[in-house]
Amino acid sequence: MTRDAQRSGAGPLTQSFPTTGVPRLGRGVKLRYDRARERHVLLLPETVVVLNTTGTAILELCDGQRTVADIVDALRETYADVPEGQVVAYLAKLAERRHLEITDGD
Amino acid sequence: MEIDGPLGLLAELTYRCPLACAYCSNPVELAAYREELTTAEWQRVITEAAELGALQCHLSGGEPLLRRDLADLVRTAAEQGLYTNLVTSALGFTAARAAELHDAGLDHVQVSLQADEPQLSDRIAGSPSFARKIEAARRVRELGWPLTLNVVLHRQNIDRVAEVLAAAEELEADRIELANTQYYGWAAVNRAALLPSRDQLAAAEVVVRAAKERLRGRMEIIYVIPDYYATYPKPCMGGWGARQLVVVPTGDALPCLAAHDLPLPAANVREHPLSWIWRDSPIFSAYRGTDWMQDPCRSCARREVDLGGCRCQAFALTGDATRTDPVCHLAPDHDVVEAAVAEANAASRPVELPLVARSFRR
Repeated sequence: MTRDAQRSGAGPLTQSFPTTGVPRLGRGVKLRYDRARERHVLLLPETVVVLNTTGTAILELCDGQRTVADIVDALRETYADVPEGQVVAYLAKLAERRHLEITDGD
Repeated sequence: MEIDGPLGLLAELTYRCPLACAYCSNPVELAAYREELTTAEWQRVITEAAELGALQCHLSGGEPLLRRDLADLVRTAAEQGLYTNLVTSALGFTAARAAELHDAGLDHVQVSLQADEPQLSDRIAGSPSFARKIEAARRVRELGWPLTLNVVLHRQNIDRVAEVLAAAEELEADRIELANTQYYGWAAVNRAALLPSRDQLAAAEVVVRAAKERLRGRMEIIYVIPDYYATYPKPCMGGWGARQLVVVPTGDALPCLAAHDLPLPAANVREHPLSWIWRDSPIFSAYRGTDWMQDPCRSCARREVDLGGCRCQAFALTGDATRTDPVCHLAPDHDVVEAAVAEANAASRPVELPLVARSFRR
């Protein structure tokens, strides 16, 4: 009877936003390390989103202070190849699902 | 075999409830669940679930606010790093209670609504409750929690799904779950009065689809289809003993919240550690994986997709939990579901039939 398994998908990605936007975790969303599975996860009311290394790196920078451009810069300190478009697309996908809130930078 | 730990603990703290919804999934023999676990016992269950790997703790019932120790249990779960989710009718969610739960670290609140307006909502709930629910929903938002509304859909309220969505928008809900009734417990008793017609469903789905588009990014709409009208069954609980662990008020642990009556020995947290129950008990092992399956499931290409559907539904409708869930169009027992659907669509069937209210004295 678990309900999340029965849900339809979020649909195609249409939303975009400027790199001056400031992302932070959505209301009621928690990022934590899952010791049992040795992965970071996003915890929501009825969903657990298992994150890969890249997703974790991006989300740990979504602190409500950094802009998207800042996040890309910070990622470039660790990773050689960081396509901005992919980071924006990832954040937009999470924002559409309300896992993230993105506010205007200025 | 290596068995992954559960993702979530569904703690059904009590089956006492101020509402009397005829669609309730709680067992019909409510009086058998009066000897509830103590605070210390629940705290041990929550801790053991976290140690097993659970990440979420859903505090449900009945009405969990009727447990005076609810904040203590939330605190224990929060200390264990669990995401805590209160599933409530919102009756008893006073300002003082809300503040106490907030301080204890409660992460999320789901408030049930029976309809968009008092007359119908109160009739379905069997109690004057609508006004207090709206007040409580506002309180959830005032304290900074995300707000999820749960609305169980059925023959007697599905025609108002547009109005329900408008009410949710006005309350600035973050999410709304529009879940068609699943026929367990009291809902099974009331199936004839609850199962909607095909036309009702088609109309509701048009409304929901348009609302999803319109509210994208603002309010998440989760629509749970009615499995009686589906082609294939739901992958119940994400697999038997695979993701979710239910503990009922008296301490029996179940793989599905409708598994009370399965003919398997009970596994009670008062007698066994949760790790043994999860990994080795007969009730959790019986239908894990796919080895238990009969045909047509056994040889079906979808056996890993829908996992044979719901064992409890198969048992309730056929008397044998290993049969294919009868909602599947390939199931040998599908005629049982077809007959119920045919009755629901008979021209002579009124929209409103009397409901048997959930009660401790049947």
